[in-house]
Amino acid sequence: MRWLGLMVVVVLALALAVVLGPAHVSLADLTTSDIVRSLRLPRALLAFLVGGSLALAGAGLQALVRNPLADPSLLGLSGGAGLGAVLAIALHLNSPWALPLAAFAGALGAMALVYRLGLVGGAELDPRILILAGVAVGAFTAAVTTALVSLSDAAELRNAFLWLWGGLSGASWDSVLLLCVYAPLPVAVLLAAARPLDLLALGEEPARHLGADVEAVKRRVYLAASLLTAAAVAVSGVIGFVGLVVPHAMRLLWGHRHRPLLPAAFLGGGALLALSDTVARVAVAPRELPVGIVTALIGVPVFVLLLRRWTAS
Amino acid sequence: MDRELILDVRAVSYRYPETARDALAGVSLVARAGEVHAVLGPNGSGKTTLLRVALGLARPATGSAAILGQPAAAWSRRDLARIVGVVPQREDHLFPQRVRETVLLGRYPYLSVWGAERPEDQAAVDRALARCDVSSLATRWIWTLSGGEYQRVRLARALAQEPKLLVLDEPTASLDVRHEMELFELVRALADQDGLAVVLITHHVNLAARFADRVLLLADGRTAGDGAPADVLTRETVERVFAWPVSIASFDGRPQMIPLRKQEEHS
Repeated sequence: MRWLGLMVVVVLALALAVVLGPAHVSLADLTTSDIVRSLRLPRALLAFLVGGSLALAGAGLQALVRNPLADPSLLGLSGGAGLGAVLAIALHLNSPWALPLAAFAGALGAMALVYRLGLVGGAELDPRILILAGVAVGAFTAAVTTALVSLSDAAELRNAFLWLWGGLSGASWDSVLLLCVYAPLPVAVLLAAARPLDLLALGEEPARHLGADVEAVKRRVYLAASLLTAAAVAVSGVIGFVGLVVPHAMRLLWGHRHRPLLPAAFLGGGALLALSDTVARVAVAPRELPVGIVTALIGVPVFVLLLRRWTAS
Repeated sequence: MDRELILDVRAVSYRYPETARDALAGVSLVARAGEVHAVLGPNGSGKTTLLRVALGLARPATGSAAILGQPAAAWSRRDLARIVGVVPQREDHLFPQRVRETVLLGRYPYLSVWGAERPEDQAAVDRALARCDVSSLATRWIWTLSGGEYQRVRLARALAQEPKLLVLDEPTASLDVRHEMELFELVRALADQDGLAVVLITHHVNLAARFADRVLLLADGRTAGDGAPADVLTRETVERVFAWPVSIASFDGRPQMIPLRKQEEHS
């Protein structure tokens, strides 16, 4: 029943994303319209894949760093991606793939740095250090990014600003296909870690006693979540709160066992971002809101509610 | 004695990195099917370190730790979890959980990555819940349990692993007399009736003396005594190890320690 409901929400979100838009396309023309086929459909699918990836990565990271308030952006990846993208803009790299590639490289650089800092004594991955390192790397890259933006001219500034707030206007069938080829491996790694993540919630030593290979699980989950986030940020910029809010919403519905939670988070995250992107396209048409603003406008109140519940208990 | 030898720790030494002295020096511990082996000693005497070495989580500098004849560190965590069930001293509850879900975690070493829980897993959970007398709590949230119920649920999770060796790390800390006795009786029954080998780390000298077949007494990482309770828990040894004057009485043929008041020394 819950799964059926979630599937209905997913289909509805995708349908709305295809039907609604600044240009009027009648329902009869839906299958033949160029706007639908080459713009709305790939964009809806990309929003779904990116939202799902962010929410899945967020759910995995919350269990890994043993902090229910963890979010992919806490690990410094978004900061690294932002720095890469703004560098590409500042250097006037104009090929269509320059921006996502630079962002991806920036995210991978940040990931490598955070991972290295998180290895305590050269062997064990310490989740607490991982978060601190992520916040530090994120703050540093944000400072450099802001410095670059403040020195650039107006047109570049606007580009960089829009990119930093995230958006799916660059969606194309190429980017959808790319993500379809790239994402399955990290997604599968995270889904396979569902049961060990349940054990890890007890603590590392109890998880070992119950048969989990804790070091391997931590590495796999961190790397898979980071790679998913890096790709999502590269194609859509920094989109906040999907990775934080969706896992929590799904926990309320599915409980805390990761086997149902992780796939539910993927579907829920995909639906939320597809809906948010539709709002972003339609709300102030013909102009467009950065989708990160829409998810934040929905996400921040939910986050505050969660925080209040969390501090009250 | 031809009972199956499950755990065989021989003369292990271990030193934590960047410390000046050994946390363990030449300590041995065996666990056989159907026997309860208690490990006693003051705080910091090396009980938990011995446990880590025995379970392959820390590699001894000298000596050896073997489980079913294979070096403890050579077991995969998954295979070992089918042989050894542990009730750790502490664990976190990051997310709220129900009793049955918690006990089901004990089936992890038997489940495939993608497969669902099988009927035999549910049956093992049912047996474990019943054995620990917590079947009626199955749908309760963990955080609503009393201290005694909580420990029995965690013991049920270890039993769901269907182990040959059960390791309990201070299972009765902060329990009242009734719940403490219930847990020790249950542990004794698991050894006698189910043939489990039990290693029990505890601060309760008297309960260890009454329930255990053998007692290992640790002091500063060294063995102060190992054998039947009456042989190990003599007045001289207990006073030396715990640095407090005691009197030893016999009850049911087992030694019982009575700590003395300071003044009584002078009178």
